[in-house]
Amino acid sequence: MSLLHTAVSLPFIGAMLIPAIYYYNKRIHPGYFALIIPIAAAILFILAQLNNQINQTLNWMPHIGLNLNFRMDGISLLFCMLITIIGALVIFYSIHYLNKREQLGHFYTYLLLFMGAMLGVVLSDNVLALYLFWELTSISSFLLIAFWNHKQKSLEGALKSMLITVLGGLMLLGGLLTLVTITNTFSLHEMVSKSDVIIQSPLFTTAMVFILLAAFTKSAQFPFHIWLPDAMEAPTPVSAYLHSATMVKAGVYLIARFTPIFALSASWIYIVTFVGALTLFWASFNAVKQQDLKGVLAYSTVSQLGLMMTLLGIGGLGVYHDHQPLFYAAVAACTFHIFNHASFKGALFMIVGIIDHETGTRDLRKLSGLIQLMPVTFTAAIISALSMAGVPPFNGFLSKEMFLSSMFDISESNIFNGPSVVLLLALVIIGSLFTFIYSVKFIKDVFFGHSPAVDKQVHEAPLFLLLSPLVMVAVVVITGLFPNILTGLIESASYAVLNKDIGHLHISHWHGINPALITTLLIFAIGTALVFAYKYWHSVYLLQRPNWTFNYVYQKGLTAVESISYHINNTIIASGIRKHLIIIFTALIVMTAVFLAQSPLNFGDWQLSEVRLFELILVVLILIATYMIIVAQSRIFSIIMLSAIGYSVGLFFVFFNAPDLALTQLTIETISTALFLMCFYHLPKLSRYEETIKFRLTNAVISVGVGLVVTIIALIAYGHRFSPSIAEYYIKNVYELAAGKNMVNVILVDFRGFDTLFESTVLGIAGIGIYTLIKLRDKKEVEHEQTEK
Amino acid sequence: MEVIMIILSGILISASVYLMLSRSLLRIIIGTSVLTHAVNLLLLTMGGLKQGAIPIYDEHLKRYVDPIPQALILTAIVISFAVTAFFLVLAFRSYKELGTDNMSMMKGVPDDE
Repeated sequence: MSLLHTAVSLPFIGAMLIPAIYYYNKRIHPGYFALIIPIAAAILFILAQLNNQINQTLNWMPHIGLNLNFRMDGISLLFCMLITIIGALVIFYSIHYLNKREQLGHFYTYLLLFMGAMLGVVLSDNVLALYLFWELTSISSFLLIAFWNHKQKSLEGALKSMLITVLGGLMLLGGLLTLVTITNTFSLHEMVSKSDVIIQSPLFTTAMVFILLAAFTKSAQFPFHIWLPDAMEAPTPVSAYLHSATMVKAGVYLIARFTPIFALSASWIYIVTFVGALTLFWASFNAVKQQDLKGVLAYSTVSQLGLMMTLLGIGGLGVYHDHQPLFYAAVAACTFHIFNHASFKGALFMIVGIIDHETGTRDLRKLSGLIQLMPVTFTAAIISALSMAGVPPFNGFLSKEMFLSSMFDISESNIFNGPSVVLLLALVIIGSLFTFIYSVKFIKDVFFGHSPAVDKQVHEAPLFLLLSPLVMVAVVVITGLFPNILTGLIESASYAVLNKDIGHLHISHWHGINPALITTLLIFAIGTALVFAYKYWHSVYLLQRPNWTFNYVYQKGLTAVESISYHINNTIIASGIRKHLIIIFTALIVMTAVFLAQSPLNFGDWQLSEVRLFELILVVLILIATYMIIVAQSRIFSIIMLSAIGYSVGLFFVFFNAPDLALTQLTIETISTALFLMCFYHLPKLSRYEETIKFRLTNAVISVGVGLVVTIIALIAYGHRFSPSIAEYYIKNVYELAAGKNMVNVILVDFRGFDTLFESTVLGIAGIGIYTLIKLRDKKEVEHEQTEK
Repeated sequence: MEVIMIILSGILISASVYLMLSRSLLRIIIGTSVLTHAVNLLLLTMGGLKQGAIPIYDEHLKRYVDPIPQALILTAIVISFAVTAFFLVLAFRSYKELGTDNMSMMKGVPDDE
């Protein structure tokens, strides 16, 4: 076991052990055991990086190409550090956040399962393993969102996220398999080296659409963003971990991974950039109107993910144009922002959890004036919120500044021209404006104003609960003041995304007066004005009809699918045997008719035998009897007519030189008739239940159709008998080999004895079945019959 | 002769399908029996009719009727008899239990929620 494999398997081992530990040991909180794991994993990753053991293979199922090949380049390392370190902080926070009476064993099992899956996603070089871990994150996320499974809303939110992300997961499988088909390799970095083969392949667009859908669903991009706000029903540590720092960035990671391959096409750059910008605008616009603190943060997360997508789209220009280092800055900004966003958003989620914990509510309308009551929380909140808004000197400002300057640079490219640049800039700048508004509004509404209208006695949270967010805030401040400690990580991550060396990066606070800075200042000014004038313009949100939202579409779609299924069930499946038979027979007629229509009718050559008079008489007899059965009004008459047909068939066997058949047929027909007559006494009067003309017509049409197609097929088949019968062998050897003269009997018991063995078995089973049917009944019924006697 | 037999089998199949689509259990069973006869005749016909002697070996004869379809039909007759017998007893028992032989009445509980 190499270092990387050990590190990834640690969380899975922990997930198995924690429930047992928790079961036998209720005194020590299981979170402390869980805390060891991410710390150990982080140390292992650092060791692997230092010892340069960043490429490790482990064969699992080589014959289908599923191997656990791990490869840690810059972007994987960045994600691994985020996952493990934020994981450790979140676990520490949850130890003090969750109630002792919760099902803690479950919680830490799901959390560690998720952690392992996420590490697998960012480390896997093998695409099948990537897909496997990807789905594991979906499943563990589903379990975590529905952690409070007694609440209806948690279940709904979990179901929604599951449906959307698993849809995306299946798309990912499709995309990856398409790529495997094109390149004939299961390894991601080999795919990157074959990008010129992929771009020329006719399946390129298919793969691209699949991968894009997978990334957009996982990273909650427009219009798939609807699951993220509903996932806020999860416990707050889960929201902080999954829905801010790690899982929702898996889509961003995927886009980054495939940038060197797909960014060779302009449509990829267009789609990623515009979907990201649209998401950025739409989610930040909607974040302002949320009444719930976690709702604000959820929409904020969506919009920040949109920002990362836009940056990756622009970074794709660096792949598209050779030797254009101008666009490399966008990728650096993106990786930097991944880091920054994880730090301030995780902190904010934890702070909201603390506020919820201390006041008992997350409702913005009830909360106000917490600044005197919770000063430490306020300090942490204002730093992270201002970082989110992009205010200097915090780290959010730096990545926002890099973002805006990249946006102004795209006019240099020949892909974006005229109107599209204007549209993109408008979306992005208005989105950033609203980002500023909701961040400031969040602080203003929660911490300022009169004292809160809540029932609890509010006071500062305990230190241990505050520790994790404070660590995060410290990271925000430090990376804001000294951003260049991260440049090594960002450079290697950008190299991994672009597959090109981006040169030496230097992040500075002051770029001089440029369009980006002017825009930022304008955003601050207008945003501040709008925050204080909020009550004059919030009616703009009333323009949104509730049935124009994507949530409404999703709900409608869900109910439509359910009602359609219910309808199909009721009309077709639960409709009784006759409808089923009609469907089966119609399918038979239609398929045969289509098949026959393929080519002109050709009956071939019939080798006919002569017709004799008494055979014709028999035919007429059978026809009459058949007609009589159909029109019969009484039971006894139809049974007698049936035996008439049976005996006529026996006679046919006589005419056609089949003595054994005739014998058997006559015997069996006699017994059958006797059986019918025995049951006849017990069966009701023959009611035909054919009241309506429509009913009879349907039956008639279908039966005539079936008869016709069978007849035509039989006629054609009879005219096209190409091979001689194998009967010659039997005829030649019946006496020499089998010492019998009756060929039919010899075939039955010698040449093809197995048929006969199992035919006897069938008869035996039927006998046993009949016996049990008659003998085994309810006790009540038997008693009832005895009392009648 | 073969064409006549094939058409006869087709007519029998039509009749059996018509019977099987009815709502009365007894008529459905009769329909399956008619179908058996139709299929047996069809099997025999497709092997060719009256192309030789009865398939009982004799040194002086050269041409016999094809024995293989006959063996197949013999098996089919017995199996269909077993099934018909079982089906009949099933019908008798279900009538005893349910008090109806109308197939459209024999549905599960409409909403078992």
